[in-house]
Amino acid sequence: MARAEIAARTLRTDRWWLPPLTTFVGLLLISIYAAFRTFQGDFYWVDQYHYLTPMYSPCLTEECIPAASHFGQWFPALPGFLTPPVIIIPFLLGFRITCYYYRKAYYRAAWASPPACAVAEPHSKYTGETRFPLIAQNLHRYFFYAASILLLINIYDAILAFGTGVGLGNIILLVNVGLLAAYTLSCHSCRHIAGGRLKHFSKHPVRYWMWTQISKLNNRHMLLAWTSLIFVCLTDLYVALVASGTISDLRFIN
Amino acid sequence: MSYQGKFRVWRGDDSGGALEDFTVEVNEGEVVLDIIHRLQATQAPDLAVRWNCKAGKCGSCSAEINGRPRLMCMTRMSVFEESETITVTPMRTFPIIRDLVTDVSFNYTKAREIPSFAPPKDLAPGEYRMQQVDVERSQEFRKCIECFLCQNTCHVVRDHEENKEAFSGPRFLMRVAELEMHPLDTADRVDQAQDEHGLGYCNITKCCSEVCPEHIHITDNALIPMKERVADRKYDPIVWLGNKLFRRP
Repeated sequence: MARAEIAARTLRTDRWWLPPLTTFVGLLLISIYAAFRTFQGDFYWVDQYHYLTPMYSPCLTEECIPAASHFGQWFPALPGFLTPPVIIIPFLLGFRITCYYYRKAYYRAAWASPPACAVAEPHSKYTGETRFPLIAQNLHRYFFYAASILLLINIYDAILAFGTGVGLGNIILLVNVGLLAAYTLSCHSCRHIAGGRLKHFSKHPVRYWMWTQISKLNNRHMLLAWTSLIFVCLTDLYVALVASGTISDLRFIN
Repeated sequence: MSYQGKFRVWRGDDSGGALEDFTVEVNEGEVVLDIIHRLQATQAPDLAVRWNCKAGKCGSCSAEINGRPRLMCMTRMSVFEESETITVTPMRTFPIIRDLVTDVSFNYTKAREIPSFAPPKDLAPGEYRMQQVDVERSQEFRKCIECFLCQNTCHVVRDHEENKEAFSGPRFLMRVAELEMHPLDTADRVDQAQDEHGLGYCNITKCCSEVCPEHIHITDNALIPMKERVADRKYDPIVWLGNKLFRRP
């Protein structure tokens, strides 16, 4: 028996193309900004107030401004156009790329697989995440571990910046690590590691409690993914503007 | 408060078919299934439609309304403009029998491929003791009414007929998850999910969750947790080592 003969790719009458288009444009703009700032290699540290942009934290190479290298300079200066963030960006990018929410976002928006529900995808063959390279999405938990370490470093940076007083930059750095922490904790792998993998919650009340709390955050994983991503860029922009002298930091104390 | 609504309904069988235009009376408070019934009663007595409870609980009247997989009995006419032409077509993923009725036996085949609940051998029926906290995760999945809208909308089989053999679809991967999370089930469901039911084909684009009339979080609560369990088993050397050295939870 054959399927019903319906030639149209979809009979949806709503603007189904709008969410994937918005996602695509949003991710593209953020990628362009992040790439520009990564390879700019400047304006990442405000010496006067100890603001370090999260995009350059930790700054681990010898070309880093020494005061911005809170954890030392482990690597020699990078050759050519390479800048200090290229050491940490693969982990941050890996965490976002393998994230279960972003997978949905870019599979739909960038790869049209499918572009929207009940809209036919343009590809003639589909193997999903069964083989290389997409089988590597299963490494998400390792990127989660790495991103958690980088998050702790960002929190350290944000707290360290309070040593010079309190300004708008401090508040921005603090909100930024708050959103990053919420996004990282709401991760599906984190939910699984905390308690999701258990078969008997009743035998592990503490892990069950943790799983319950993470599940609440996990319900908002998409929201947290976007807000934390946009806010990282805004934080970086603020630090860049202050570091370049374009604007001056609004100080509350000192 | 009634008006004459414009409808396009797919009519035909496996030898061919087309969308046919109808104008049908619509009254306040009605759902799409009411209109299809009126169409059957007044203009197209041979129109084939599968339905049963008219209350969103039997899962029989699944179709595509303006291209969106939905239950006809749960789609209120009030969500459409009076001037709108409403298109009603059968589910695309399954072979057509006639008009709005499809052959959903693919799903029954997939259901039979899942080994049933396997309690510990020394436990007789009636001796099962479980705590509520241990079973409530899988209870969410028991809300499934088997309307197969998730199976229909999943692009893995909707757009790729050739994947039907390897991929069981969200409804049955959720069934595997339900058994895997059951506190008394002893069967090994993790390898099965990946190797026999095609969990790796799922790219978690969440259309199954989007169309579920029972609002089950299929992707977040069943498919992703199963993917994580598969990662534990197959792709995580640290968990593998931990399981070798220590007792599994």
